[in-house]
Amino acid sequence: MEHFLGFAVPGIPYGCTYAIVAVGLVLNYQATGVFNFAYGAQAYISAYCFTRLVQGAGLPTGVAFLLSVVVLAPLFGLALDRFLFSKIAAANTTAKLVTGISLFVGIPAVLSVLFGNANIYNPPSILFNPNTVYFRLAGTPVNGIDLTTVLATVVVLVALVVLLRLTNLGLQMRGAVESRRLIELDGVNAGRVVAVAWAVSGFMAGLAGVLLAPIYGQLQFSDYTALMVAAFAAAAWAVLRSLVAAAAVGVAMGVVTTTLQGYLPVNSLWSSALFTSLPFIVLLVALLVVPGLRRLDRAKDPLASVDPPTPPSAASLRAPQMDRIIRPLWYLLLVAFVISMLTWLPTTWENVFNAGLVFSTIFLSITLITGMGGQLSLAQATLAGVGAFTAAQVATHLGLGLLVGGLVGSVTAALVAVVLAVASVRLRGLGLALMTLAAALFFDNTVFPQLLGSAAGQSIDVRTSWVPSLLLNPDGHAFFVLAFAVLLVCVATVQLVKRGTTGRFLAAMRGSETAASGMGINLTWQHLVVFALAGAVAGLGGTLQVIQQQAVSPALFNYELSLVYVVIVVTTGAGTVEGALQAGFGFVVLQQLLTYVPARLGGDSLVVVFFAFGALTYAAHPEGILEFQKRRWTARFERLFFGPETPATPGPGGRAPLAPAVASTTDGALSSGADSA
Amino acid sequence: MRTVPDRPDGPLLTVAGVSKTFGGIAAVSDVHLAVARGESVGLVGPNGAGKTTLFNCICGQLRPDGGRIELDGEDLLDLSTYRRARRGLGRTYQRIEVFPDMTVRDHLVVALRARWRSGRLWRDLCNLARPTAAERDQVDTVLGLVGIDDRADSPVSALGLGSCRLVELARALVTDPVLLLADEPSSGLDVRETDDLAQVLRSLQRERGMAVLLVEHDLDMVGGVVDRAVVMDLGTVIAEGPFDEVMATPAVRRAYLGVDT
Repeated sequence: MEHFLGFAVPGIPYGCTYAIVAVGLVLNYQATGVFNFAYGAQAYISAYCFTRLVQGAGLPTGVAFLLSVVVLAPLFGLALDRFLFSKIAAANTTAKLVTGISLFVGIPAVLSVLFGNANIYNPPSILFNPNTVYFRLAGTPVNGIDLTTVLATVVVLVALVVLLRLTNLGLQMRGAVESRRLIELDGVNAGRVVAVAWAVSGFMAGLAGVLLAPIYGQLQFSDYTALMVAAFAAAAWAVLRSLVAAAAVGVAMGVVTTTLQGYLPVNSLWSSALFTSLPFIVLLVALLVVPGLRRLDRAKDPLASVDPPTPPSAASLRAPQMDRIIRPLWYLLLVAFVISMLTWLPTTWENVFNAGLVFSTIFLSITLITGMGGQLSLAQATLAGVGAFTAAQVATHLGLGLLVGGLVGSVTAALVAVVLAVASVRLRGLGLALMTLAAALFFDNTVFPQLLGSAAGQSIDVRTSWVPSLLLNPDGHAFFVLAFAVLLVCVATVQLVKRGTTGRFLAAMRGSETAASGMGINLTWQHLVVFALAGAVAGLGGTLQVIQQQAVSPALFNYELSLVYVVIVVTTGAGTVEGALQAGFGFVVLQQLLTYVPARLGGDSLVVVFFAFGALTYAAHPEGILEFQKRRWTARFERLFFGPETPATPGPGGRAPLAPAVASTTDGALSSGADSA
Repeated sequence: MRTVPDRPDGPLLTVAGVSKTFGGIAAVSDVHLAVARGESVGLVGPNGAGKTTLFNCICGQLRPDGGRIELDGEDLLDLSTYRRARRGLGRTYQRIEVFPDMTVRDHLVVALRARWRSGRLWRDLCNLARPTAAERDQVDTVLGLVGIDDRADSPVSALGLGSCRLVELARALVTDPVLLLADEPSSGLDVRETDDLAQVLRSLQRERGMAVLLVEHDLDMVGGVVDRAVVMDLGTVIAEGPFDEVMATPAVRRAYLGVDT
């Protein structure tokens, strides 16, 4: 027994930090309806400020704690509410998720731009001396860090349960998550209630941040993302509802992790992989077996029926006359691009545009799942990786080369996507996003390193025997021709599916799954079809990326990239093929342009910041901010060239007067009245 | 336990002893109901009577806790919602359920292809997904019948509530259902549109032999459309028979109007 406790007790402080973040997430979701992906970033900011104030400015621990956790953390929570989430209160789950993911991706990038990436060592403890052993529990020394963490967790949890269960404010918070508009009709200032919830959850994030820092011994953002996954798992088991359950699962996860580590053979694969793998395995199992998670995204707001329908896509608003002008312009641009790539463009820029073709192919898979299927998958880089690693394995072991391997990889990625779709068949919105995230982490931590047969971080170099040597020649154009052809096939496939019956069925499912199944559409089948197609396209893109990079590395396909890809594509427009192409080329061209900017100004992080800010507009413009701007400019040109009446003339075959409907649908979101013009 | 009344040619829809509870609340409790081929039945009752829950049980959106539901002698309970739709159950919804990204015409094309399983992925990939002449004819006929042919190419997001109701109705009718479950179809329509709707339902019932189960609060409309009425209150059937007679019974007046006389 003592042996067991010796392993279990050290897990309690870890578990307590999981518990605090999980409880904060649940509180955030319960009181605001937002699953806050940015929570880890909030925790990191407070920990960073606290450590800097103590180590850099030499402030006493108490003062630094007051400033960074009691003042800054709630203020940051309030700012998120005031400037972002309060404006999208009535938006759908996908919009709120995209906003959270943009923050998850954007905040570390902003921090990296502002403060650089240097690690900070020995962050201070807030209460007790980290180096003093206060007592022993089952033979395990309990030091100041452990004591502080456990005490803070207990105090905060009790205070929160009292707040939510026994106070009027708690009751109002629970009402606000059901329907902000309904409690306002009862005379409650819902905005204030939700703002308080954001401040409290911000405080919790800050507290978790400063508690966690000394446990790990150094301050680095990756620890906070790992913490987030553990907290997601604990919150999922609590069905995002029960604070006590979330805390209990969080603590249990900490205890189970250290206990298993103690019992498993030292230096074995199981032992080394377990610490990182356990959280997402727990999350995966929760998503598979907890029925409550399937109902998370069902509309609960009794006033939801007063919401206007979502706006139509920009393309459907374009007047036929404008189509006749824009189409030839696109073809002209395409011809000019191909001729330039084959003739005068310098190699540097040819490589940039080749990368654009590769990313556009991968991004088309997001067009399929998010734009057409209406769901968020956070595993598209992983599926590209499945294609790439399979292609490399086929080339290595069967000697068939990367081109045949790419096709096998594409089919394999489609099959993996189908397995993912089957596992998540009853999940939508947040549940599906978390499931795909868990799958991405599983591949990152377990599958890809195994395929390499070595430690993560290494890569397999592409051998010249795997592909015709022309493809690897940077001065030739063979890779461009290959990538262009693959992209063309993928674009044609996506367009045909989009315009065809499958695209219409998916549009019906996006509009109303109830009505779609009620008229005979097999939702499960369509779910599988769109995942399979997206997997196949991503797999092809992954293989192209390997040929271009001349190496297969897990770093090219990790889960963080999946998040970044989603953020990029929703910025340019997930609903159209144009959006994916603009995302692909925009991403690489911006990266190239930033090589001309001094590295101290942020380098690559600036690209992510740029798109993350773009994606924050998703709730107001679900068609993509770029797509929205195109619509505005198209409307202006139409007015200029065809007069004000032409495009808005309703009637058979004509266009309906949509402007008022569009204006009203963005009500309560980020747009202003002028934006809807 | 009550038995389902027999009809000469056997009922098209049989609901026998169906119950559904949410938590501790019995939304539908031991309901028996039968609709004959080509018959029009009004399902009326005050708010909270369990009408929409019963509809959801029939369509498969909810699984009843007990009882039996058959369409044309086939047990529906083990069939998913989409399979029931393909057996000929058409449905309109109390809360508008349209597809904002699609035009009115597309709604009907999608419904046709879903019902007859004519939309295949390989046809999409071979660019063979354009509506056929036969599909266009069917769609135009129904649009004309319902009176929204002038809005055929408008996205539904540009239409008002009343027009959306008609789109839902047209979407259900184009599949030529054997039984239409219409859930408050006149809500949001003006008096003239409601009269037109009643006319359409009547003529479809006469000409195509389509059975209708109609949930509606506009009792004048119900009276003009249905052959008989079934009245529900607090999850149970409290009266059944010819519309005028049923509405005059004290139990129904008490449930509906809160008065005994």
